Amino acid sequence: MIEIENVSKWYGDFRVLAECSTSVAKGDVVVVCGPSGSGKSTLLKCVNGLEPFQEGTITVDGVSVGDKGTNLPKLRSRIGMVFQNFELFPHMTALQNICLSQMKVLGRGPDEAEERSMKLLERVGITEHAHKHPAQLSGGQQQRVAIARALAMDPIAMMFDEPTSALDPEMISEVLDVMVDLAKEGMTMIVVTHEMGFARKVAHRVVFMDEGRIVEEAQTEAFFTTARHERTQMFLSKILEH
Amino acid sequence: MFANFDYQVILDNVGILWDGMLITFLLTGVALVGGIIFGTVLALMRLSRFKVLSFAAGRYVDAFRSTPLILVIFWFYFAMPIIGLQAIGGLGSVLIAFTLFEAAYYCEIIRAGIQSVTRAQIHAGQALGLTYFQTMQYVILPQAFRNMVPVLLTQAIVLFQDTSLVYVVGLKDFLTAADLVAVRDNRVVELYAAAAVVYFVLCFASSLWVRRLRRQYAI
Ligand SMILES: Nc1ncnc2c1ncn2[C@@H]1O[C@H](COP(=O)(O)OP(=O)(O)OP(=O)(O)O)[C@@H](O)[C@H]1O
Ligand SMILES: [Mg+2]
Repeated sequence: MIEIENVSKWYGDFRVLAECSTSVAKGDVVVVCGPSGSGKSTLLKCVNGLEPFQEGTITVDGVSVGDKGTNLPKLRSRIGMVFQNFELFPHMTALQNICLSQMKVLGRGPDEAEERSMKLLERVGITEHAHKHPAQLSGGQQQRVAIARALAMDPIAMMFDEPTSALDPEMISEVLDVMVDLAKEGMTMIVVTHEMGFARKVAHRVVFMDEGRIVEEAQTEAFFTTARHERTQMFLSKILEH
Repeated sequence: MFANFDYQVILDNVGILWDGMLITFLLTGVALVGGIIFGTVLALMRLSRFKVLSFAAGRYVDAFRSTPLILVIFWFYFAMPIIGLQAIGGLGSVLIAFTLFEAAYYCEIIRAGIQSVTRAQIHAGQALGLTYFQTMQYVILPQAFRNMVPVLLTQAIVLFQDTSLVYVVGLKDFLTAADLVAVRDNRVVELYAAAAVVYFVLCFASSLWVRRLRRQYAI
């Protein structure tokens, strides 16, 4: 469903992504990990065209992201994205956050949007906070609202960029639980995370990035047991210590 | 000099002064709303990735910010008829002059406000499928304006005082009205004192209010 072929991207002279290739089929759950600055966030942003790339091609459900004629807003509306710092809109309530794009992008009426939003809030377990503003919610609650907001667009795939790394430890599991459920329902997911427990539980494949390159990509069990590259092993030994 | 201060002359002319105050309010209101709307357009142009737009808006701001307001007023008042726009009259030309002038200042305030909202918020809006303009309209500008309210209001207070400059083209704003009565009735001290008190009270009260807003929103 998502094909990434030989993608390279530069910021000035600095190469953030170097010949990255991988593909994500319908129903796949792919975990992306790697040291800070290795280009994981950038790769996700290239997939939905939030960042342009100079070389290679990315196609999403047959549509080429880099093509000039591509309707990027439409393409983005089909891929949910969840950010490290939630990025809820602070001037709107949780409910309004979830309704906005349903109404402005999908053209749903206010009642329909609200009904759908309430269902999603119920699903992520925060109906009672529907009318609160983000600042009144805990980090874990905000991230669950953000997930609901992305799901409200009925996406064909979801991308998560370190969804739990800004959270206090006791809130991590409430967010991961929602993601595990999604994965089990067959949602196509690309998840940048260092939560290896989550990876082991639901990921089909793990991708390891370093210095803009996809250094290693393997089935989850193989990744943890027989990682081939030295850098992957170093990274794994560091991260599994915690 | 204050021994024979005559309050009566002020009370007798409240009607004229009030009419003047209405002109002052009208000028302030139109220039404020028009300036903010046009200033927002200018700010979006300045932040645009199209070089032509950002260049044009940048030069516009430079030009107006390096010209005294009184010159802009003169220019519009005398030049409008020359380019064949007599129809808009004195008030019309002054309203346009103020709006265009204020827009240059609001542009910079609004630009800073937009930049105070993080890039990640733009990404969050766009990731949901909102277009660039929808993201600005529903996500970025509401936050930017909330951050800007105190600065915008401070600029509005300056504008309120600056409207007195229209006396140069013979419009009867509050200060001009006070001046007319002062000369006509030979009561300069009374009328100028009254004008000073009114300006002071209105501006001081507004700036206290702005300060409270600032504290409330911790900006
Ligand atoms: N707008 C930008 N301009 C210049 N360099 C950038 C920009 N955004 C990111 N970079 C650089 O690109 C590299 C990759 O960044 P990216 O955010 O994709 O890394 P990451 O793997 O997500 O790291 P982290 O784990 O810290 O989130 C980093 O070295 C970063 O400094
Ligand atoms: Mg990142």
